[in-house]
Amino acid sequence: MPKQGIIKTILARHKKDKSRLIEIVRDVQSALGWVPPAAVAEIAEALNVSKVDVEGVATFYHFFSGAPAGRYAVYLNDNFVAGMKGRAEIAAAFEKEAKCRFGETTADGLIGLHATSCIGMNDQEPSAIINGVVFTKLTKAKVKQIVAAMKAGRDMARLVTTCGDGANQSKLVRAMVTNNIRKKGPVILAPFKPGEAIRRAVTWTPEDVIAEIKRSNLLGRGGAGFPTGLKWDFCVQSQADRHYVVCNADEGEPGTFKDRVILTEQAHLLFEGMAVAGYAVGAKEGILYLRAEYAYLKNHLEHVLEALRKKAIIGRNAGGKKGFIFDIEIKMGAGAYICGEESALLESAEGKRGEPRDRPPFPVTYGYLGYPTTVNNIETLCAAARILAKGAGWFKTLGTAKSAGTKLLSVSGDCRKPGVYEVEFGLSLQKLLEMVGGRDAQAVQVGGPSGTCVSRGQFERRIGFEDLPTGGSIIVIGPHRDMFDVVHNFMDFFIEESCGWCAPCRVGNSLLKRKLEKIMSGKGTIRDLSDLESWGRIIKTMSRCGLGQTSPNPILTTLQNFRHLYESKVRHDTDFVTEFDLKAAVHAASGVTGQKLTEAHHE
Amino acid sequence: MSKIKFTVDGKACIGTPGQTIMEAALANGVYIPALCRYEGLKPAGSCRICTVRVGGRPMAACTQPVSEGMAVENMSQELEDMRKALVEMLFVEGNHMCPTCEKSGNCELQALAYRYQMLVPRFPYQFPARSVEPTGGRLLFEYNRCIQCLRCVRSVKTKDGKAVFGPLGRSEKKKIGMDKELASKLSDKDAREAMDRCPVGALLKKEVGFVIPIGKRKFDKTPIGSDVGKTAS
Ligand SMILES: Cc1cc2nc3c(=O)[nH]c(=O)nc-3n(C[C@H](O)[C@H](O)[C@H](O)COP(=O)(O)O)c2cc1C
Repeated sequence: MPKQGIIKTILARHKKDKSRLIEIVRDVQSALGWVPPAAVAEIAEALNVSKVDVEGVATFYHFFSGAPAGRYAVYLNDNFVAGMKGRAEIAAAFEKEAKCRFGETTADGLIGLHATSCIGMNDQEPSAIINGVVFTKLTKAKVKQIVAAMKAGRDMARLVTTCGDGANQSKLVRAMVTNNIRKKGPVILAPFKPGEAIRRAVTWTPEDVIAEIKRSNLLGRGGAGFPTGLKWDFCVQSQADRHYVVCNADEGEPGTFKDRVILTEQAHLLFEGMAVAGYAVGAKEGILYLRAEYAYLKNHLEHVLEALRKKAIIGRNAGGKKGFIFDIEIKMGAGAYICGEESALLESAEGKRGEPRDRPPFPVTYGYLGYPTTVNNIETLCAAARILAKGAGWFKTLGTAKSAGTKLLSVSGDCRKPGVYEVEFGLSLQKLLEMVGGRDAQAVQVGGPSGTCVSRGQFERRIGFEDLPTGGSIIVIGPHRDMFDVVHNFMDFFIEESCGWCAPCRVGNSLLKRKLEKIMSGKGTIRDLSDLESWGRIIKTMSRCGLGQTSPNPILTTLQNFRHLYESKVRHDTDFVTEFDLKAAVHAASGVTGQKLTEAHHE
Repeated sequence: MSKIKFTVDGKACIGTPGQTIMEAALANGVYIPALCRYEGLKPAGSCRICTVRVGGRPMAACTQPVSEGMAVENMSQELEDMRKALVEMLFVEGNHMCPTCEKSGNCELQALAYRYQMLVPRFPYQFPARSVEPTGGRLLFEYNRCIQCLRCVRSVKTKDGKAVFGPLGRSEKKKIGMDKELASKLSDKDAREAMDRCPVGALLKKEVGFVIPIGKRKFDKTPIGSDVGKTAS
């Protein structure tokens, strides 16, 4: 392969622009199947940066690899719900058919098997991404067929014979993914006529648009619940010659997939929301930061953008207002949950490692490339567009006093009707469980691993900022599940996804997991439970960003709400059991020395 | 210039706009335990040992700007125990054998462990398999001891501004990478400074050792933080 030439072409395509380093590395990865040291050196030379800078980026993101990932690179989702739906069997089938283990690539470099964090398909697990193509509801027979196609050198896209519903069938998507929209609400999933919001907005002053959003009490849907009107206000008040609107389409919290459905079916509503935000904060440019897992939607989104430009919803004279320019660029992530954190997202959008920034300064004063930026979730921006179209007063009639409007929920797990539900805030978990066919649940994980694990006795609790806030992930956990497996899987997730910048998150989470494993293995004591609590508190208190500040939640919220499970797992006859496993240690040592073990060694 | 009034554990202090809590506290002779911080370098907020509370909220003193009326909680028992826990985490994360380390006595991690009277860490040792990287010109990188404070990343640059060190990977597998070619071009003085800036014995200049015997080094004589307030006006 004429590698030299390829990398030159890629560098030229991106104009040797440092802020496009992620795009450059992505192109190298897809051309060569990995990012070899020689490519790192060539990129570093061309961008006039050091090799560690390039390698730092190439080793940060999950979909870049420092060793050949396979001409067919299988990324099999490994979150807990995938496990519920038979992931283990599917993984075994891949290993058997491909004759290679997860974490490895076949000797001929043809097939690589990799585990990956939640890919946003929880309602159709087990699922995998192979060379950018999403495969859902995998079965052993399908795996067999897929691997045979790989060996025959076929294009993975050709294996998509039946497409999902709605726009998943469009020529530009052609994915087997289904929307599973179970309940449409009036804010996000109701029909929307392009122009309804922006044409109205531009007849007002930007201040009035912000005032209307403030009046609506719209709170950010990305998780933190920050008042959207206030965020826009802060942004516009930061003096600068440029402002940016960034839409957070990183949707990485395990169990959420509602943003994927919005992108598929309501992208025009989202983009119009971005235009409204752009008008309000005085931005000419918007960025959609799209997670790599959703790359299959990129062409579709570009197409929607183009159609909106033609209608002058965005672009020149946007919304029909002479002189108002607002356009949107799509920037791709490369596999990192932390890039959903807004300041890490901005770093990543600038082509760097997705490591959170210190705040203050907040993005509204120092954002993309240092300019004032409002970062908003997809659903927030959609709601903003709808508010402009229908009025803040109307919006406030939905939901509760403290949580106006509706919320999209991504429901998965042990329920009969997984999918997307647009419900009014204030809905109790009990009602929700009835709606989704999950009445016998022993627990509901609200807000993903970083949220709260609610037990059966508390199902009267309600979705909303005043009680159970959620970015939208709802995982129903049936009575037959082992809660320790759930917690363990979630801890694995945080350990994998920690950026590693700060000590408490980098080190503490694996220590927590080890302690949990001690308890799971029957060697725990009451003291280990109090250790879990205090270590968890240390990590939450001392960590630098929202990841570490919530990563102990799976343990802490189950310790609180499922205390009896922990108490029944630990020994009560002693308050100390050593973690040290003498037998294992002796075995390891004898393995090294080649010594044969006698019974005496075990005494 | 306008002045900012704030307190640390009730002690009245005066700061200036633009200062971090750490800078302002030090200027008032108040010690806030810290590790990754290094005078003159952009703060990284990576060790989190300087975490204080303001209005109950935890924040890193090295990155948080001081503001009017702040009541900073610094030496509470709770925070001190959590800081100690962070020191312990850094000990179990790597392989730290003080008696054989060239930095013993000058090591800030060790000095903090003295300060917190750490005998045995509350966490189990991880005993990670780490290596020694000897090919960095005048420097050798002892990965067993690296605590990822990012001081070298922030400060060691070539003449044309290229980074010699940078973070690689993520999660618990993250480590500090060294561009060997660039490192081999560092001058004797640069290498010396890099070693001196490293708070632990991870970055070592080759062919020097034990010039000052253990027992007569910085923290053998005075505890960490004891210089704060002595020189402040
Ligand atoms: C670890 C972490 C991951 C996050 N992931 C997302 C995400 O995938 N999507 C999102 O909208 N917000 C995410 N957030 C929240 C963002 O930081 C930010 O609050 C949000 O994008 C702001 O938008 P909003 O005001 O519209 O809610 C995440 C936060 C943290 C700490």
